[in-house]
Amino acid sequence: MSMTNHIGKPLNRVDGPAKVTGGAKYAAEFNVPNLAYGVAVSSSIAKGRIRKIHADEILAIPGVLQVFSHENVPSLAWFDRSYKDDVAPGGSPFRPLQGAEVKYSMQPVALVVAETFELARYASGLLRIDYDVEKHDTDLETKRDDGFEPGRGKTGWVPPPKPRGNPDKELRNATHRVEAEYIHLAQHHNPMEMFASTVEFLGDKKLTVYDKTQGAFNSQQYIMKVFGLNKDEAHVISKFTGGGFGSGLRPQYQLFMAVLAALELKRSVRVSLTRQQMFSMGHRPHTLQYVELGTNPDGSLAALHHHALHETSQYEDYTENVVNWSGMLYQCDNVKLTYQLAKIDVATPQDMRAPGAATGSFALECAMDEMAYAAGIDPLEFRLRNYAERDQNANKDFSSKKLRECYHEGAAKFGWDKRTAEPGSMRDGDLLVGWGVATGVWDASIQKCAAKATLTADGHLTVLSGSNDIGTGTYTIMTQIAAETLGLPMAAVTFQLGDTTMPEAPLQGGSWTAASVGNAVKQVCDKLGEQLLKLAQKMEGQPLKGASYEDVQFVNGQIRLNSDITQAVVIRDILAANGEEKLEAENTMMPNPVNQLKNSLHAHNAVFVEVKIDPELGTLRVTRVVNAVAAGRILNPKTARSQVLGSVVWGISMALMEESVMDHGFGRYINHNYSEYHIPVSADIHDIDVIFVEEEDDKVNPLGIKGIGEVGLLGVAAAVANAAYHATGKRIRNLPVSIEKLML
Amino acid sequence: MNSFTYTRATAVEAAVREKAADDGVKFIAGGTNLLDLIKENVERPTRLVDLNHLPLTAIEAAPDGGLRLGALATNADTAWHEQVQKRYPLLNQAILAGASPQLRNMATNGGNLFQRTRCYYFYDTATPCNKREPGSGCSAIGGYNRIHAILGTSDSCIATHPSDMCIALAALNATLQVTGKNGERTVKFEDFHRLPGNQPELDNTLAPDEVVTAIDLPNEDFSRHFSYLKLRDRQSYAFALVSVAAALQLDGNTIKDARLALGGVAHKPWRDQQAEDLLKGQPATEETFRRAAAAVVENAQGYGHNTFKIELAKRAIVRALKQAAEGTQHAADIFTNSNP
Ligand SMILES: Cc1cc2nc3c(=O)[nH]c(=O)nc-3n(C[C@H](O)[C@H](O)[C@H](O)COP(=O)(O)OP(=O)(O)OC[C@H]3O[C@@H](n4cnc5c(N)ncnc54)[C@H](O)[C@@H]3O)c2cc1C
Ligand code: SF4
Repeated sequence: MSMTNHIGKPLNRVDGPAKVTGGAKYAAEFNVPNLAYGVAVSSSIAKGRIRKIHADEILAIPGVLQVFSHENVPSLAWFDRSYKDDVAPGGSPFRPLQGAEVKYSMQPVALVVAETFELARYASGLLRIDYDVEKHDTDLETKRDDGFEPGRGKTGWVPPPKPRGNPDKELRNATHRVEAEYIHLAQHHNPMEMFASTVEFLGDKKLTVYDKTQGAFNSQQYIMKVFGLNKDEAHVISKFTGGGFGSGLRPQYQLFMAVLAALELKRSVRVSLTRQQMFSMGHRPHTLQYVELGTNPDGSLAALHHHALHETSQYEDYTENVVNWSGMLYQCDNVKLTYQLAKIDVATPQDMRAPGAATGSFALECAMDEMAYAAGIDPLEFRLRNYAERDQNANKDFSSKKLRECYHEGAAKFGWDKRTAEPGSMRDGDLLVGWGVATGVWDASIQKCAAKATLTADGHLTVLSGSNDIGTGTYTIMTQIAAETLGLPMAAVTFQLGDTTMPEAPLQGGSWTAASVGNAVKQVCDKLGEQLLKLAQKMEGQPLKGASYEDVQFVNGQIRLNSDITQAVVIRDILAANGEEKLEAENTMMPNPVNQLKNSLHAHNAVFVEVKIDPELGTLRVTRVVNAVAAGRILNPKTARSQVLGSVVWGISMALMEESVMDHGFGRYINHNYSEYHIPVSADIHDIDVIFVEEEDDKVNPLGIKGIGEVGLLGVAAAVANAAYHATGKRIRNLPVSIEKLML
Repeated sequence: MNSFTYTRATAVEAAVREKAADDGVKFIAGGTNLLDLIKENVERPTRLVDLNHLPLTAIEAAPDGGLRLGALATNADTAWHEQVQKRYPLLNQAILAGASPQLRNMATNGGNLFQRTRCYYFYDTATPCNKREPGSGCSAIGGYNRIHAILGTSDSCIATHPSDMCIALAALNATLQVTGKNGERTVKFEDFHRLPGNQPELDNTLAPDEVVTAIDLPNEDFSRHFSYLKLRDRQSYAFALVSVAAALQLDGNTIKDARLALGGVAHKPWRDQQAEDLLKGQPATEETFRRAAAAVVENAQGYGHNTFKIELAKRAIVRALKQAAEGTQHAADIFTNSNP
């Protein structure tokens, strides 16, 4: 029996002990010597110009070192391209502290640096700033007619496909037709850890930067370009990240500020943002969606139109894929997908967990429910009837698609067959019971990724790749892959990430990390394995003579022959026998372009939700959720399950609570704190069942991984809203589904 | 955040003396409200006088046979005190409906009385607010006012008082023991918090130098028919949109005595004695409850986002009275207070 089969096992997190004992250090926890502290000052107005910053008044306070603002920041990189990070959208990136112009409320306008954090905070509270106020415009609702189609979007954005068939005509001729508008306000990521950067000044321009980010290399590139540093001078470390959800994909302004201050003051500096300032940055954009569906007499979809309009800032055109999914989730020959942006005075929106899809699936899946009712078909049956066997957007086959199994296994577990269709027909005492279903599709992406593996004479394997672990379990699954590939126990393997001196890995986002870093780790370990085999074959009396890499297996700490597993060499002995101290391999994994182009690569899910509603009081509880996910190979059911549990909680949060409310009078998010921006507490969360449907896929990538960080969120909000309809007969198309909408 | 000095008071008189001598002084107890406000630059004390070493943590019999709750007893110790659970379960439920276990372990009874509104604008120094800066204007009127008051508002302020504990105290006819430089006095609970009028910067009627030393609960029995119903956006760690403290004494199905107080709807715990009068002597039926509920909101005014509270308050009152009459507050119910 193999003791070194780790992949697919529900192993505990290898970084768990460090996290619960404080051994895992986050960006704001590196207490480098002689540290100064910076506190960012946020604008109180939404639009205008800074007339004067009364820095002199606080510079007089002993211990206040400097007030950085556009009034004194030295001239830095000139061109926009220097400020563009890996995922910058089109437009002109915001340059902190480099102009008098205020483009949005809570924009950082100054940095106060002092000997202590307390002093910096105190002084920042006293800093007077005079503004010339201009009229702002923050209301997307007034921009319905001012939408425009974005030109070039950011990496990963795909413009909606051209219309297919004749959607307008088929909608007119449809047997049943529904149309509705769906709305949600802006939502802010709010990971547990606030953004922080600790910059250690090592003389001249040499810096070590501890940054909260989802990509150390992205931060490194940014500060290199903006401050004219070389790679050695801009060493970025980010080994632990307390959640990101997309907010850490782009370098945040505290990084700029901390580096600026360190270089100017020639001193180590830390800048950490406050919870309130977590609302001064990118967010899921306020989005207005319109969906129109038509069906044929047999309940097949005749035509579909999905339109989305969302906000962007005045200076960048943030794009996300909101409507495209609607052209591939169901079989439909007449489809029109349209997508527009409108500019208002806010910070540029930013990818937030399942960007675009979380938004789009909410509208489409509510509309599908409405149509199921209009056509008199069970909502699950309606989806099965319109099941897409091919990706009609791309006109490609799916590399694999086990969504049907998700529907069946999820429905069985949930007990969907006991559902009675009539709204309000199911009860638990005085409570109304509602059951809703929804579904989702998400990209199974992979990016180029490098890794390095080193085996030392003591038999310990260390694998490096400069990726990130935003709490998803990257450390653990990479250790599993490396250990299994070379037949070692978990304890004999260390995986390291989050350092720009390591081989380069992509940003941690898009649910591509498991596939990208995983396949890179596998490849580099195979490469090391080949070298090991060669070395082993030099040993005296060894039984592996003439065997190729395909003829052997790495299991239980041995290399052994496939044809006779009793013929083996102990891995730990190989280096010693050859007088080698260590063996190294380095490799860059490139995605297979043929497989990538030939197939449509996607993960799917089906989610079933039960709500109970007190009709008089308008209170709603999500009492049960079953989320069935088809996401290829599951590397670790425990960490994967946590990802989906987190997604479900997130979806419930999106459905019932989250909204960054803009006071248009001030052009400011007014609930910008954790007390009034609500997310669920444990008492709001009841039973959640996660099912991973078996899905083998050798085309998506060699390990058959699709990634599970985002797909589990899809459809959750829609399923909650659909369940609320089933319970009450009330369609709530404007999130969140709050008490006043249910009771009135 | 301001810089401040810190001293510890070990006698009530000393605390009073320090406070009377200097406007910059603030008392600190659990600190769970004050420190947040200091960090947000809303409160800017120059000196903190720490009350935590005053000998005011006891929960003991009051002279009239009621119960005296020390001002420095924690909310947790109070809620779980055997006498509170037995004789004043309404208070137990109200306290447990508030905040979180960690906060209740820190929060004191005295501090809870003085906690300030959660109005967004009050907390955000970039916006005008009459309560924070008298005369600067009220941003909530005409702004986003979903969590704001519908009763007893004024043109200067529509903030709500956020406490849960205080709603039960109002219903239970509590009194406050207060010491100031002019000596000791007793303050009726309903006279403690005030409506905003044209001085919203004042939350209560105490003189600045006065310290609350204890809260007295009268020797009355509302331990069988009571309910604290709190409606909010999430199940814990959220303030009430509307809450209702209801307590009845029944003779068969006839209401002998009734108490009704609401939270989340006004600048103070909203006790309505006229509505109570409509209940007294009547059968404990839904119809009676509806009549009382209608009376409570008769003069309510909505400001847009919070207008739903008028109807919600009505329904919540009926439900709470029903629960009180039926004695079902303790029934396992995922819809009411689930965060002890
Ligand atoms: C996240 C969060 C959620 C919360 N949720 C709820 C909730 O749902 N329901 C609820 O009711 N409460 C809630 N609270 C508020 C909490 O109940 C109060 O913060 C707490 O009761 C205050 O008590 P304290 O002892 O910490 O007061 P402190 O913060 O120490 O003091 C508050 C004020 O009282 C004054 N003071 C204190 N003691 C005395 C005294 N004896 N005499 C005179 N003045 C005094 C102080 O000077 C200060 O101005 C929440 C708080 C937080 C932070
Ligand atoms: S309601 Fe009261 S506390 Fe809120 S902004 Fe108006 S004056 Fe200030």
